Amino acid sequence: MLKEYFPILLMLVLAIGFGVTMIFLSSLAGRKTATATKTAPYECGSLPVGSARLRFDVKFYVVAILFILFDVEAVLLWPWAVLQAQQLKLTGLVEAAVFVGILLLGYLYALRKGALEWE
Amino acid sequence: MSAHQLAFLVLGVLILVSALMVVTVRNLVHAALFLILCFAGVAGLYVLLQAEFLAVAQVLIYIGAITVLILFGIMLTRKITGGAQPPLASHWKAAGAGAGAFLLLLLYVAMTGQWQVSDQPPMDSTTTLGLALVTRYVLPFELASVVLLAALVGAVLLARDETR
Repeated sequence: MLKEYFPILLMLVLAIGFGVTMIFLSSLAGRKTATATKTAPYECGSLPVGSARLRFDVKFYVVAILFILFDVEAVLLWPWAVLQAQQLKLTGLVEAAVFVGILLLGYLYALRKGALEWE
Repeated sequence: MSAHQLAFLVLGVLILVSALMVVTVRNLVHAALFLILCFAGVAGLYVLLQAEFLAVAQVLIYIGAITVLILFGIMLTRKITGGAQPPLASHWKAAGAGAGAFLLLLLYVAMTGQWQVSDQPPMDSTTTLGLALVTRYVLPFELASVVLLAALVGAVLLARDETR
């Protein structure tokens, strides 16, 4: 059983190993002349303005909550989605349609209330 | 030592160390990131227990969603975004006593319980779960979407009031 997960282990080892090797090699071979410009935080090439530790807008919270809700929806739909058509029958299809339909109402509500708009 | 045991040991150490870092590290954002590592270790344990659906759900919901919410919670709170915080809250004695009592209870159950080992191979858990969701447990399945709907409406309502 564990053999099926060997590729995941291999990928983990490769990813961690690659990162560690790169940092090690650049610390070994790179030149280290730290100037004020070089040590400044990188902010898409423009000069950093103010502190990064601000209180974030509550609009982000709505996006996070909506993401979680539809994430949970996807997880709940997943065991339904792996079923074969003959196991599912018509009732299974209707049940999932009701499930998605109820959440679609919530999506329409969020849309109407402008929760997805970024003013 | 079999590969199974080795994987369990590595995952156990990963979970314990990262959990310890969550409660001791001074920067709350770092604590949330260590929590991701802890959740990933637990997902690995679910794989070892052959509960693969639970493992994927753990990655999707706990690592994907819960940690995002925790990080947003940290960033939305003005007081704690200021940087380092003392790791011990004011009620640490009561919290320690509660956690210790729970640990003793767990140890008692683990030591005295009758643990049975099944000799049957595990079924394909995701398909079994899916069949149960559309037949026997169809009402909880549909109710879950109503609960999600209520949470969605509540979140939109609360956040709209805040922005006005």
